[in-house]
Amino acid sequence: MPTQQDDVYGDHISNQFNEELAELKTEFLKMGGLVEQQLMDAVQALIENDSQLAEDVRARDKAVDRMEVAIDEEATRVIARRQPTARDLRLVVSVIKMVNDLERVGDESKKIAKFAIGLSEEGQAPRGYVETRHIGNHVASMLHDALDAFARLDSEQALRVMKEDKRVDEEYQAATRTLLTFMMEDTRNISRCMSVMWVLRALERVGDHACNIAENVIFMVKGEDIRHTSMERAEEVVKR
Amino acid sequence: MSTLNTSITTDTAQRETTTQDAVSMAKEKPAEAAIEYGKTVGTPFADDAKFCLRDVEVFYGDTQAIKGISLDIARNEVIAFIGPSGCGKSTFLRCLNRMNDSIDICRVKGRLELDGQDLYDPKRDVVELRARVGMVFQKPNPFPKSIYDNVAYGPRIHGLANRKSELDDIVEDSLRKAGLWNEVKDRLDAPATGMSGGQQQRLCIARTIAVSPEVVLMDEPCSALDPIATAKVEELIAELSQSYTIIIVTHSMQQAARVSHRTAYFHLGHLVEVNDTDKVFTAPEHELTESYITGRFG
Repeated sequence: MPTQQDDVYGDHISNQFNEELAELKTEFLKMGGLVEQQLMDAVQALIENDSQLAEDVRARDKAVDRMEVAIDEEATRVIARRQPTARDLRLVVSVIKMVNDLERVGDESKKIAKFAIGLSEEGQAPRGYVETRHIGNHVASMLHDALDAFARLDSEQALRVMKEDKRVDEEYQAATRTLLTFMMEDTRNISRCMSVMWVLRALERVGDHACNIAENVIFMVKGEDIRHTSMERAEEVVKR
Repeated sequence: MSTLNTSITTDTAQRETTTQDAVSMAKEKPAEAAIEYGKTVGTPFADDAKFCLRDVEVFYGDTQAIKGISLDIARNEVIAFIGPSGCGKSTFLRCLNRMNDSIDICRVKGRLELDGQDLYDPKRDVVELRARVGMVFQKPNPFPKSIYDNVAYGPRIHGLANRKSELDDIVEDSLRKAGLWNEVKDRLDAPATGMSGGQQQRLCIARTIAVSPEVVLMDEPCSALDPIATAKVEELIAELSQSYTIIIVTHSMQQAARVSHRTAYFHLGHLVEVNDTDKVFTAPEHELTESYITGRFG
């Protein structure tokens, strides 16, 4: 039996419209699942020196791109055919924006996979992998929670994701400092450490994208755009 | 527990019915319980009010059609009244130039003021009021006369022109404002009934503005028109709003979204929400407004 949450977009007089919105939501979550997998595989490929897995990630990025285009088209069709309003409009507009964030996470994963291949070929002792694994897990769970917040229309969870972003930024700063130390110790480490830095940078960006998705979820649920405002403002809006 | 199971079965059965059935089983209108009497969310009041309406109640015999509505309508604003059939939006609109007077069993209560003066003052001249507060109806209703005479009719009976040339000017000016002049200037003597529906409706608007009203009430002015004619009338509404206050009742939510500054949502005789149109269509405050504009009932 559908819960109250499921029914939020499913109780129009037009069943056709219900189905179109449900389809949009489902496709977005499917793309979210694929992107999550891409991210985790990319990090794993790096840490375990698994260049085959890294190649798989690069190949699957095409599928992510195709889903982005398909969801954008579907969203455009819904606007053209249904002229959605209020929460339906906010859903469609948010999906169009969030799909872009997901696609960028896919790109970052591809980038990480590329570095994983390069680093596995050099085959030296890993530097900064502890930090990479840690930040990787952190942003992967942010992405997961953001998608979960979307699926359940849970603005409080979205707010928690936004708060996590600050911690990721701090971890990123700390990891950068650690890598700098390695580079200063031995200049032969520089090339390797630079690659790991790029990976960390990519992961940090993933955190930003998860944060964007969370902001859109709050917009969808609460009807107020809290981007570029303060965390206090976001908290106020969510509490309402 | 058994009751619950039964309801689940019924629910599933309903979900499997065809779309056609689903449409005919359109959701029940939400209960009146969701609305507090006389309470409107959003921004029903304005600083520079043309109409000041307080605690308005309208009865048809024993039936109460309007339930304690308070609303200000600002000068030169375009406000759209929307809501499901029978929600009272047309009844409320007709209070504003006393069109309900002609219905014997209709009683209007509350305080209704136009520029601070009581609309329902027994001493008020209703003909003069209706010249100030003009009305355009759903179906174009030109008189069976020439195009010229249709527009000239009002100015003539109100004695607005002393000479033929003055009357000519009023007719031309009104037809221009209604965006019709170029289409009819060569056939002003042709019967108005020979015009297309869209032209007839714009002629009716020209006829309304020929007597220099301050307010134009429009009761679904485009529901009998095709999309092109509708677009022309909507364009006209935007232009007229420079000089007139316009109150439009419409069943087309997109139309309300396109033409109005504020939107008022009526439900079962209550005024549920009034807000800036942008707000109503992106993030309405009241659950009932949301349900209606997103097509969840109506």
